[in-house]
Amino acid sequence: MTTELAVRVEDKLFYNRYLVDAGRAHIKVRPHTVPTPALLTLLKVCPARCYELNDSGQVEVTVDGCVECGTCRVIGEPSGDIEWSYPRGGYGVLFKFG
Amino acid sequence: MIEERFDAIVVGAGMAGNAATLTLAQRGLKVLQLERGEYSGSKNVQGAILYADMLEKLIPDFREDAPLERHLVEQRFWMMDDRAHVGLHYRSEDFNEERPNRYTIIRAQFDKWFSSKVREAGATVLCETTVTELVQDAYGRVIGVRTDRHDGEVHADVVVLAEGVNGLLGTRADLRERPKPDNVALAVKEMHFLPRETIEARFNLKGDEGTVIEAAGTISRGMTGMGFIYANKECVSLGIGCLVADFQKTGETPYGLLERFKRHPSVAPLIEGSEVKEYSAHLIPEGGYNAIPQLYGEGWVVVGDAAQLNNAIHREGSNLAMTSGRIAAEAIFQVKSRKDPMTKDNLALYKKMLDDSFVIKDLKKYKDMPQLMHIQSQNFFLTYPQLVSKAMQNFVRVDGIPKIEKEKTTLRSFVKARSWTGLFGDAYRFARAWR
Repeated sequence: MTTELAVRVEDKLFYNRYLVDAGRAHIKVRPHTVPTPALLTLLKVCPARCYELNDSGQVEVTVDGCVECGTCRVIGEPSGDIEWSYPRGGYGVLFKFG
Repeated sequence: MIEERFDAIVVGAGMAGNAATLTLAQRGLKVLQLERGEYSGSKNVQGAILYADMLEKLIPDFREDAPLERHLVEQRFWMMDDRAHVGLHYRSEDFNEERPNRYTIIRAQFDKWFSSKVREAGATVLCETTVTELVQDAYGRVIGVRTDRHDGEVHADVVVLAEGVNGLLGTRADLRERPKPDNVALAVKEMHFLPRETIEARFNLKGDEGTVIEAAGTISRGMTGMGFIYANKECVSLGIGCLVADFQKTGETPYGLLERFKRHPSVAPLIEGSEVKEYSAHLIPEGGYNAIPQLYGEGWVVVGDAAQLNNAIHREGSNLAMTSGRIAAEAIFQVKSRKDPMTKDNLALYKKMLDDSFVIKDLKKYKDMPQLMHIQSQNFFLTYPQLVSKAMQNFVRVDGIPKIEKEKTTLRSFVKARSWTGLFGDAYRFARAWR
């Protein structure tokens, strides 16, 4: 049943407008050697696929395409796996329709 | 940044924040509204359906210039399995009335208009300003906010937290808990653009008539969740949402669900050939009555999604947001009129007024529903939809098998899947939670 459909999330994000606050990521992943189960969950649940596994097996976040839903905060903040703030005023995703 | 002191600061310019700011300004209070987006609406995401009654209470003649899409004449509920849907379809000419009851809207456009009314009423609206924390005095009383602007501290008698479902301020200050994964759903949505005539033909609409499809079943892969399809004038809002706790458990991806929903044989023809212009995601409060946090305290109140005020059964959130914002503002105005301080005891008036409104009464009615749906998600979102679809097919397919045999087959499939005790138990629990 788990036939995964090929979905290109980056194509979806291309529809959106963003004002990226370069060098000021609003989400940070706590440095780790082995990812916790919560961090591994974020690889799949993030709707903008901001979380990725790097070559040495750690979870990294790239916030440029973030749609600011807060799902990763709900999952990853209680354990301290991630730090979550809103982008600075005016930055981040700019919805045309919402 | 701003030297002057305000009667009230409202954090956020969504439905709740705009309703609160407008009401406070209309009552003559000096109010500052802070919004992190470039304009009111640029960070807000909703399906979206607008309920006229609640907006009329704030802006009686809103129909004159509000950017409304279509007035709803029809509601469809779909119970889906992978290849079919069993539908309940209500359409009435009564909804073609002078003052329609429900409209589809596009939030970024609607909120911009709402914000213009807020400004006209005399409020100071400051966008592109993120509030980073509440300012509290030595006794823990909220006396203002700190923003990301230079010298960004502003003081007021009361702070209205209309910061949305993922509001950071209240949780950082320990005024309420962070939403738990089983109290919020993650919904993803796309805006599909099509020519107006195409939308009207595909959805059987004329003029500005609109329709809404709410869908549940195997599309959520056994998770607690729903899909939706709303017809706007020149686009279709299409999305699906499921409980965050269920995403955690199953490892499903939100975009995978969305793609599957779009390719369903009942859905695909509706959006065929469309141009997608936006992809968004948002959390929806799903905890219901039992998840409502403390709503007021020393120098603060919380309204809208931030207070988990959403009726998941009736898909009503924005009207609860508008109503709670308006009621909070009215309570603040009353306290202020008596020249009383904005203490916890005095602001308890907000809770009392909210308890007397439909907001809390409705949430109380369905207080056991979230738990039932969340715990039994496999049954309600997978097993039953599949059984009902099979039963319908068995009922309508003509194949020479005696009807009595067909009915027996259907009944056997239900008993086999859920057992007699299971069936009666589900019916009983559902009826009890609905009551």
